[in-house]
Amino acid sequence: MAEAMGFGHSVKRKEDARFLRGRGNYIEDIKFPGMLWLDIVRSPFAHAKIKSINKEKALATPGVAAVITGADLVPYKLAWMPTLMSDQQMVLPVDTVMYYAQEVAAVVATSRYAAADGVAAVEVDYEPMTPVLDPHKALESTSPVIRADKQSNRIWHWEVGNRAAVDDELANADVVVAEDIYIPRIHVASIETCGCVAKWDPVEGHLTLYMTTQAPHAIRTVVALVTGHLGLMEHKIRVISPDIGGGFGGKVPVYPGYVLATAASVLTGAPVKWIEDRTENLQADSFARDYHIHGELAATKDGKITAMKMGVVADHGAFDAAANPSKFPAGLFSIATGSYDFQKAFAEVDGVYTNKPPGGIAYRCSFRVTEAVHAIERMVDVLAQKLEMDPADLREKNFIKPEQFPYKSATGWEYDSGNYKGALDKAKAMIGYDALRQEQKEKRAKGELMGIGISTFTEIVGAGPSHTFDILGIKMFDSAEIRIHPTGKVIARLGTKSQGQGHETTYAQIIAEELGIPEDDVAVEEGDTDTAPYGLGTYASRSTPTSGAATAVACRKIKDKARKIAAYLLEAREDDLEWEKGKFFVKGAPDRAKTIQEIAFAAYTNHPQGMEAGLEAVDYYDPPNLTFPFGAYICVVDIDRGTGQVKIRRFVAVDDCGTIINPQIVDGQIAGGLTMGMAPALLEEIVYDENGVNLTGSFSDYLLPTAVETPKWEMDKTVTPSPHHPFGAKGVGESATVGAPPAIANAVVDALSHLGVTNIDIPITPPKVWAILKEKGVAL
Amino acid sequence: MNVTININGKEYSDDVEPRLLLAHFIRENANLTGTHVGCDTTSCGACTVLVDDVPMKSCTMFAVQANGKTITTVEGLAQNGKLVPIQEGFHEKHGLQCGFCTPGMMLTSVAFLKKNPHPSEQEIRWAISGNLCRCTGYVNIVEAVKYAAEKMAEAQNG
Repeated sequence: MAEAMGFGHSVKRKEDARFLRGRGNYIEDIKFPGMLWLDIVRSPFAHAKIKSINKEKALATPGVAAVITGADLVPYKLAWMPTLMSDQQMVLPVDTVMYYAQEVAAVVATSRYAAADGVAAVEVDYEPMTPVLDPHKALESTSPVIRADKQSNRIWHWEVGNRAAVDDELANADVVVAEDIYIPRIHVASIETCGCVAKWDPVEGHLTLYMTTQAPHAIRTVVALVTGHLGLMEHKIRVISPDIGGGFGGKVPVYPGYVLATAASVLTGAPVKWIEDRTENLQADSFARDYHIHGELAATKDGKITAMKMGVVADHGAFDAAANPSKFPAGLFSIATGSYDFQKAFAEVDGVYTNKPPGGIAYRCSFRVTEAVHAIERMVDVLAQKLEMDPADLREKNFIKPEQFPYKSATGWEYDSGNYKGALDKAKAMIGYDALRQEQKEKRAKGELMGIGISTFTEIVGAGPSHTFDILGIKMFDSAEIRIHPTGKVIARLGTKSQGQGHETTYAQIIAEELGIPEDDVAVEEGDTDTAPYGLGTYASRSTPTSGAATAVACRKIKDKARKIAAYLLEAREDDLEWEKGKFFVKGAPDRAKTIQEIAFAAYTNHPQGMEAGLEAVDYYDPPNLTFPFGAYICVVDIDRGTGQVKIRRFVAVDDCGTIINPQIVDGQIAGGLTMGMAPALLEEIVYDENGVNLTGSFSDYLLPTAVETPKWEMDKTVTPSPHHPFGAKGVGESATVGAPPAIANAVVDALSHLGVTNIDIPITPPKVWAILKEKGVAL
Repeated sequence: MNVTININGKEYSDDVEPRLLLAHFIRENANLTGTHVGCDTTSCGACTVLVDDVPMKSCTMFAVQANGKTITTVEGLAQNGKLVPIQEGFHEKHGLQCGFCTPGMMLTSVAFLKKNPHPSEQEIRWAISGNLCRCTGYVNIVEAVKYAAEKMAEAQNG
């Protein structure tokens, strides 16, 4: 029999077997007899009146079964749909197009090729309107209001902290620094795009929706809320999230294509598949960031930070369709106080409508944490530069100290645990920090440009406690249901949904650790709303903090019952039994023991009279607090004065995610996250022209890092377990994406700081750097 | 147009439109869904297959161009149920997360290792630079290719 490994073991992934053989089951692999394909007519204008839509030629195209327009959806009240942010979003426009590449009509046909022919044959007559693209201008009183159903382009104003105290400190402090920092619109660009197969059964009135979703249960509830008036109730809806080819936040919201495929299946009575192509994906959905930040820090002249102020204009596009918890329209941006101890802080964010596709979803980040971390980590460097202090020393001087945890931040969070100096010391030692500073000095004297950048970030993940966190009112608990079969084998079902994180392996390891049952004996299932317990899904690094915790708690409930059965079998008192991984034994008599497998068999064959049969438990875990993973990253760059090219020479990442379940999987998450953090720092940006046309609609224009641009990451850990999580884990999927961009940006600015450069907005591309080198007279 | 394509040792014949992409023939006519489509523009490499042993991005090739040719897809890698070294390497070194880019990545690597059985790290990185991965940061993919190279060298010498 295989051995139970549990925590700290790099158990090889159970899910690999099918992926290595091409036997994964992704959305596009799902097909049914008689299935139709849906394709979408998209707007060539960012803002336009629709004068007419002529379907005739499309309907005459061979293979085309139906053409759906906004007007067709109005009688069913489906032309608009609710967003996760309590806004409304057009499924299809009835009279006005709001952004470039917006869905305008849908064509359903017998093949993907016939559907594309149909799309080409739909004739739409537009009257172009001037788009509002600059969110600052959109807030001016003279700007046209772009949404006919709203009074203003300001979606909401959100603020936290004590403005008066902060303003007072800024007015009277020894030193004040201020900087404008723009974090541009980017795109998660998972290698699998979004899509679905909607299968309507008209006899049973039942919908099965196979869908690329990170949150199947929440989606089912939303679909029920949208279509309840049409008779489609939650018990008649089954959402199945199959294998997902990367999510990163882009597969949390509801996009019009999903609703259109569902409507088309109801209309035609056939299963309907919609798979967006890469251009549609890069132009119409899954957009993140777009934060215009003004940051200010106040400090004493010896470098003690005394106050922070952040003002943000957030471009959310034409519909507020992000996926933040309802009480946090700007996500968890209030973590912008970072790893530092000061008690005066104020942050405010204005969400703004513009004629762009909906933005503001996550890019492998827990609700705007990356924006917050980038802002504070850049500002700390700006302050160090002003004070002529080493940025490592300045950070150390201001760190929250280990003995201050749990630490109440100025914006209201209670940080659970941390040892920031421990992580920074380790990173400095790994990279040889002092020697690098010496080398930089020597290089600078020779005119060479070398920079060292630090990021000592704190994340806030694992949303979240139900007293504060909900999406559309649904509390953000998550779940595990564990059933032990008579032979001691296990089925575990969870409310989360892996998109590559390796849940089938790591959840099995939690069960192995808690119950001593080998990982090989555990089957893990997620993503089917008919079978899995309700949960809010996988994003915001929440799976281990919530469902992972639920798994441990459910195991402990099972163990409580197992103890009773073992006492009965061993004819001993429950108090006289001790647990050793995988078995109960009588104290002082280790040979009088019953394994968990023997106990499981007895639970079905020989359980005590009066006891309920079976051995299973379910837990809906409501975390008492969020978790606060952290890390210290140091990046060394060399800048080519001839081309402006930034080369990452070394990058050391010390992460602390608390207790580690599977070291190999954790390192895999961090290496992937670092690469996805480097991407927006150096390469990626969604660009619009003056007409609001997206110029970055392919991978030739929107540059993902390849193996060649990606440096060899140097990774290590410190371990500071979360005191409130059942086994001390904190979550790790997004740490590196959050922590890496400011380390890289700080390194580049550091290389140029002696020339008076204080900030460069990401992505730091060769043309951007070249322009600075030229302006400063150091270009070769 | 009638085409006959040998995929993984089996012949698939069908009457297809001239515009049918090879990737779609493989996925929909031959029902081999291990070949994935990620971008339609020859950028991501998820659809990479071997055409007469040469890695090709099957989203940018017509099925009719593959008429009479021999193709290997991910389903054709394992022999008699046993994983080949590149598959073993991806498993042992955790070279895959979501698994979507994995088939193309492995087929590119198989063709590369045939040409260059003892590659340096930098050579591996250039060899897979036409295949995008969003999950792994490539670190463990490079390790997986190294693992396969070593395994194949051992088999050759042993």
